[in-house]
Amino acid sequence: MSSLAGLLRKETLHIVRDRRTLAVIALLPIVQVLLFGYAIRTDVKNVRLAIVDPAPDHATLAIRGRFDGSEVFHVVAVLREASDLEPLFQRGSAQEAVVFEPAFADHLARGLPARVLIITDATDPNTGSSRLNYASAVIQDYEREIRTRSASARIVPDVRMRFNPTGESSNLFVPGLMAFVLTITSSLMTAISLTREKETGTMEALLASPLRPGRIIVGKVAPYLVLGLLAALAVIVEATLVFRVPIRGSVLLLLAEALLFILVSLALGMLISSRTSSQRVAMLGALVGTMLPTLLLSGFIFPVESMPAVLQWLSNIVPAKWFVLIARSIMLKGVGLAYLWQETLILLFMAVLLLRMSTRSFHVRLA
Amino acid sequence: MSTGHVVEARDLTRTFGSFTAVDHITFHIDAGEVFGFLGANGAGKTTAIRMLTGLLSPSAGEARVVGHDVYRECEAIKRNIGYMSQRFSLYDDLTVRENIRLYGGIYGLSRRQVRERSDRILDTLGLGHAADQRVHGIPLGWKQKLAFSVAMLHEPRLVFLDEPTGGVDPITRRQFWEQIYEAARSGTTVLVTTHYMDEAEYCDRISIMVDGRIGAMGTPSELKSEFRTQSIEDVFVRLARPPAAAESAQ
Repeated sequence: MSSLAGLLRKETLHIVRDRRTLAVIALLPIVQVLLFGYAIRTDVKNVRLAIVDPAPDHATLAIRGRFDGSEVFHVVAVLREASDLEPLFQRGSAQEAVVFEPAFADHLARGLPARVLIITDATDPNTGSSRLNYASAVIQDYEREIRTRSASARIVPDVRMRFNPTGESSNLFVPGLMAFVLTITSSLMTAISLTREKETGTMEALLASPLRPGRIIVGKVAPYLVLGLLAALAVIVEATLVFRVPIRGSVLLLLAEALLFILVSLALGMLISSRTSSQRVAMLGALVGTMLPTLLLSGFIFPVESMPAVLQWLSNIVPAKWFVLIARSIMLKGVGLAYLWQETLILLFMAVLLLRMSTRSFHVRLA
Repeated sequence: MSTGHVVEARDLTRTFGSFTAVDHITFHIDAGEVFGFLGANGAGKTTAIRMLTGLLSPSAGEARVVGHDVYRECEAIKRNIGYMSQRFSLYDDLTVRENIRLYGGIYGLSRRQVRERSDRILDTLGLGHAADQRVHGIPLGWKQKLAFSVAMLHEPRLVFLDEPTGGVDPITRRQFWEQIYEAARSGTTVLVTTHYMDEAEYCDRISIMVDGRIGAMGTPSELKSEFRTQSIEDVFVRLARPPAAAESAQ
C-alpha cells in the first residue's frame, strides 16, 4: 500500500467531504463568469455626450438631431471649440464627445472626406468601447442615408480612447477571472488546509512518521493542483459556451500556463501557512497576500497602463499580472509560445523560487 | 555508549536562541518499561520528546532511540516508534476505518495487514458499530483509545504518548492506562508525559523535569522515600518550589 496514494486519497476525502467549501469552489467560477458576463454588463444608456461643432451646417445639424433623438445619448453640451472639452471630461460631466470639422457639409457635398472625431472616456475600457460603437453606428447610419443621394459622400470617423488608449474589449474579463479562481483554489485552499493540519496536530503526526517531507508536501498539494485545473477548465468552457469568448490560441498551451500559475499559487499558499498557525490568520494572509493583488494589480479589473507608476512597478511582482497577460494573448490574440516565452519564463522563475522557499520553510519546521 | 537500552540520552541539550529548553539531560529507558516524563508546563518535556522522536534536532549531547542515532538516523527511528500527541492526531472528517487505513499506509503496512489490524482494533475497542462513522462524532474517550491504537498500528518498539489523557474523566483515564499496560506487556516500551500525579504512580519509573533539567528520577516509591513524602505530588511541589526559595518568598 503506497503511502503517497494513501495521502492523496485522504486529502481528496478532505476536499470532497467539506461540502460547503466544495460547493463554493464549484460554483465560484460559474457565478463569477455570469456575474462578470451579465451583471457587470457594459450598460450604455444615457451616455453624456458633448458635441463640438465649430461651424454648424445642415449635415452636422442632422447628425446632432439623431444623437438628440437617440435613447442611448443625452447631449449635455454643444461647444464651438474642442479645447473646451477637457474640463467636461475631467469632471466626468461628459463621457463622450463628437467633434465635427469645419465645413463638414461642404466636404460631403464635394466628395471630399468629411472628418469627425469620436472621443470617449475609457477609464472603464468595456463601456468605453461600447459607447464608441454606438456613436459610430449613429454616424454611419447617416452616411448610409446620404449615400443614396450622392454616392461619393464619405464620412471618415476617427476614434480616440481617453485615459486608456488601448481600449480593450469585453472578452478581457475571462483571463483575469481564471487567475482569480486559480488563486482561490490554489493559494487559499492550500494555506487553509495546511494550517488546519497544524491546528489539529495531525501535521505533527505526519512529521513524526517515516514519511519524507517531500512526500508529505506532494500528498498535500497535488489534489489542489487537480482542483485548480478543473476550475480553470470550468471557466474556459463556460466562457466559450455561454459568452462565446474566443480562444484563438492553443487550449493546451493555455492549460499548461494555468498549471504554471497554479504551482506559483500553491507555493504562495504553502509559504503563507508556514508563517501562520491558525486557519483564520491563514485565510486573511491569503486574502491580502494573493487575492487582493490578483484582483487589483493584475490588470483584471483595472488596466495596469492606467495605474500610477508605483503600482505599475509593483504589479510586476504579482504573478497574476503575468498570467493574465499570457492568457489574454493566447485567448484573444491567438499567439503562441514564440511571443510569450518571456512572460512564461518570469512565471517559471517565480514558480521555482517560491516552491524552493516554501519547501524550505517546510523543512525548517522539522529542524 | 551502549545500545542495550531502548532510549539512551546523554547530556542532551536544546537551545532556542539564548533560551535553554532542555539542559544536559541524561537518562535511559529499558525495554518494556513504562517511563513517566513529568514536569510543569514549559519544563522542557515536549522539547525533549520532539528531539527523541526526530522532530527536532538537538543542539548538543547524544541520544540513541531504538538503537539509532537522533542526528543521523531519524528515518530509522521514525519507522520504529509510535507517537501520539495530546491532540490525538486523528482526522475528524475521515471515518474510523479510514484513519486506521491512512496511518497503515503511511507506515508501509500491506493491505492485508491493515485490514486485519483494523478489525482487531475495532473489536478490542468495541468500536465495530462506529467503523464507518467520522471521527468527528465519536466520544473523546474513544477517540483517545483509537489514537493510541493507531500509534501502535505498526507495532513499534517504543511509543511516545505526549499528555495523552488531557481533558478526559478519571474512569476513561483508568481505562486508558489499562491499554498502556497492555502495550507494555506485549513488549512495547512506553514513554508517557503527564500532568496528573496519580498517573505518575502507575509508571515503572519517572523523571521529573524542572527548568530543562531532570530534577529527580527513579521508581515512584524510591522518589517518595528520597524526598520523605507521601505522594509524588509532594515530590513534585518540593522540586518545583525548593524549601529555600519558598521561605525566601515569604
